[in-house]
Order: sequence, then C-alpha cells, then structure tokens
Amino acid sequence: MNLVETVILDDKAIGRAITRVAHEILEKNSGCENLVLIGIRTGGDHIAKIIHQRILAIEGTAVPQGAIDITMYRDDISSGVVRPLGKTDIPFAINDCHVILVDEVLYTGRTIRAAMDALMDLGRPRSIQLAVLIDRGHRELPIRADYVGRNVPSARDEQIEVLFDENKIPLEVCLMKPKQ
Amino acid sequence: MAMGEMFAHKHIIGTQQLSKDDIELILKTAESFKEINQREIKKVPTLRGKTIVNLFYENSTRTRTSFELAGKRMSADTINISASSSSVTKGETLEDTAKNIEAMDADVIIMRHSCSGAPDYLAQRLTTCSVINAGDGFHEHPSQALLDLMTIKEHKGKIDGLTVAIIGDIARSRVARSDLYALKTMGATVRLAGPATMIPPGLEELGAEVYTDINEAIKDVDVVMMLRIQLEREGGNKLMPTLREYAQFFALNTENMKLAKPDAIVMHPGPLNRGVEISSYVADGEQNVILEQVENGVAVRMALLYLLAGGSEEK
Repeated sequence: MNLVETVILDDKAIGRAITRVAHEILEKNSGCENLVLIGIRTGGDHIAKIIHQRILAIEGTAVPQGAIDITMYRDDISSGVVRPLGKTDIPFAINDCHVILVDEVLYTGRTIRAAMDALMDLGRPRSIQLAVLIDRGHRELPIRADYVGRNVPSARDEQIEVLFDENKIPLEVCLMKPKQ
Repeated sequence: MAMGEMFAHKHIIGTQQLSKDDIELILKTAESFKEINQREIKKVPTLRGKTIVNLFYENSTRTRTSFELAGKRMSADTINISASSSSVTKGETLEDTAKNIEAMDADVIIMRHSCSGAPDYLAQRLTTCSVINAGDGFHEHPSQALLDLMTIKEHKGKIDGLTVAIIGDIARSRVARSDLYALKTMGATVRLAGPATMIPPGLEELGAEVYTDINEAIKDVDVVMMLRIQLEREGGNKLMPTLREYAQFFALNTENMKLAKPDAIVMHPGPLNRGVEISSYVADGEQNVILEQVENGVAVRMALLYLLAGGSEEK
C-alpha cells in the first residue's frame, strides 16, 4: 500500500510533551512516593525510560521502572499467527504502588486492557494510571488516558508510528495516510 | 517482529526436524515463560479454552508433571491418560484412542510410547490435533533436549563452539539422540561415550565423536551429560555384566570430573541412579545443574505449547 507520510511531532516537540507529562504525573500524585513506571513493550518501555529521567531531573528521585510484555494476555491469540514473546522485566513488587502504565500510542484500548490484566497477576497496585505519548482515538473499550502527550484525531485507515533512534530515543511521530 | 520468526511446525516429533531458527525461537520464548514460573501467581491466560491431553503409555514423573504444569500455568485444560488405567487395557488400538481424544476437540496430544515412531504415526493420522513427542522408544525426546540446551545456554551464554560429552547407554537413549541433533544444529561438538555394547553403529555419520573411555571423553569438555542406566530395559537384552562393573568404568565421580574444564557443568535427565552412573558427590556437587534442568523444563514446554496451540488456525 502506498502511504503519504506526515511528521506530526519532531524530537523537540516529543521532548516537551514528555516533560509536561512528567510534571503532571508528579502534580497529580503529589510527588513520587510509591510511584513506579511500567512501559508496555515495545515502545512504551522506551517512553517510560525518558519519563524516569525527567522525574529524576525534577525531583532528584529515581522511581522504579520496569517493562511489561502483554503478548500472553492478548485477546486475539488464536487468530492464526504466532506472535513472538517479549520479556516482562519488573524487578520490584507493585503491591500498594501507584503504577504509571506507559504506552506510545493509545488506539483501541485492547493493549491497555491486556496490560492491566497482566499487572493484576503481578500484585495489587494501589492505583493504575495511564500515560501515553499519542492518543489517536477509536476506543473499543471503556479506557481513557490520565496523561496524554498529544491528541491526534485520526482515521482508521491511517497509521501512526513513533520512530526511535538506535539509543531508543524517540525521533519523530509520523502519520501515514493511504494515497488517494 | 520479523516474519522469519514464524514457527512452521504443527507437531514436535524430534529435534532432527528443527532448524537453528526454530530452536532459537523456542529458547527465546521459553525465557519469557521462565519469568512467570518465578512469580507468586504462576498463571497467565494465554491458552484459555485450549485442551491438552497427556497420553502416556510409559511411566513418567518429571515429563508428565512438567507438561501438565506448563499447560495449567497457561490456563489450558490438561488431562492425563495413562495406558494402565485406560481402554488400552481393553484392546483399543493407539490410533482409535487418539482419534477419540481428537473427537473431543483436544488441541494438543502429548505422547510417550515405548515404540519408536508412535508419535509420528499419530501425527500423520490426526487431522486437527498437534502431537508432541514426550519420548518414543529409543528414538527421540525433543523437549528434554531443548531444556538441556536452555540450561547450557544460561550457564555458558552460548552453545556454538562448546564441547559436550554424553555418557552412558547411547544405544537405548532417546535423550542422547535428541541432544545430539539439537547440539549439532546449534554448532556444538558432541562426544558420545559408553561401553562398546551400548554404542550403536553409525554415530559418526550423525556428526558425533565416539569414545569408549570415559576419561578421554570428559577431557576438557564444557558440559558433561550423564545418561540413566535404564534398569527397566536391562531385563531382556543385557548390555553390561553387572551394575558394579558399569559403575567402576563409566560412573562420573569427583576424580574423572577433574578432567573436564574447571567451569564445566554436570547434567542428568533424571531419574538418578546414585552410585551407578553418577556418584552422589558429583550429583550434589557445585557443578551440577540437574534441578535447573527440571525448572527450565516447565518453561520450555510452555514455549512448545504456546508455539503449537497459541497460534494455531481457528478450527
């Protein structure tokens, strides 16, 4: 399929959005006590790492940070393709913590549903809050984000992709439209 | 991820049919599942609604429990059938038994049988069900070899370039054959050793180095894998004069273990015959990874079930 690509956020804009999200997280939780960051593989874990660095710069505290792979919790596992599994790496207990779940693009909400189920199997967090870089709409489940980098209204046949460099730093967010 | 990571097999009959990519995918998937086995709540919903049947025509503790746990931890329904308590004793054929299980919409049949080739025979006759060989006669025991590879890789960081000595009753060992194929595929050097009566002809053609002296076989290896002397098969066709004589010449002990590399690991597929093929000092020594093999067994079997049942087409 031929796609027309538009850059909707460059690296500077992404950086500013993540800085704001980090501030909002700290504001809403009155600091970073019992706060943990868990990024959804792959993409969300890279964003979580940057939020982690921002919080460290703002508050001087390194909040625990982990990554979760939700493949085992998908609702479309029998649809004919074997999906490669990633590794869940959460080297701390999440009981009674405020978990900030981080993803790059929020779309149908199915990934977030799976991630919440996965988190519940790991413990009983005090709360789960959702931070996303992009919210593109089209929810299929009653899920909303608590922190949004940028709202990008999109059509279903469009694709939104976050591109990272080799150090997993986000470079740009692209919107790809099918050529008319 | 890349299309190259797709798993093209419907059945797991032996490691002989598995490519390097297949084995790497299985081991990588198993690593992800290992994390679940270390959790407090050891359960994920991945195979919810799938049915897995353990069809065992031979005794087993480790393999059957391991497959059952693997299925249960992924939320599949697992059922155990052992030949002694089933209609097999009423004279039902293997094919009929399996087709009846398939008619009840089972997704995977895990099978152990004393006849080499029995799982393959079933795989060719069933239409929807996947078959995993859990040990057939003297042929193969693929999941054991894969958990061995996972354990070696965890300790050595790689498999390519290592030297592995497999010692014992090679002729009647399905574990030795599966390990040989898998280790060769992954680029290891494999030495097989045992009394001449327990060495079948043609092993060199499969790429193995053959020894009849345990000391020569162990010298400078990275991994020593001991095989169980199969006392239950010793009845009809004796391959050794006495257990004591076997132990004298082919047991792994603290003395001959010194010939291996200082950081070599000791493996055994279990169950152990202490004092026969392995001395208790070595079996419980610092270099043994025998219980890690068992632990990795659950993760490897979860990976196999996931790759077969998790992605299978809607029926």
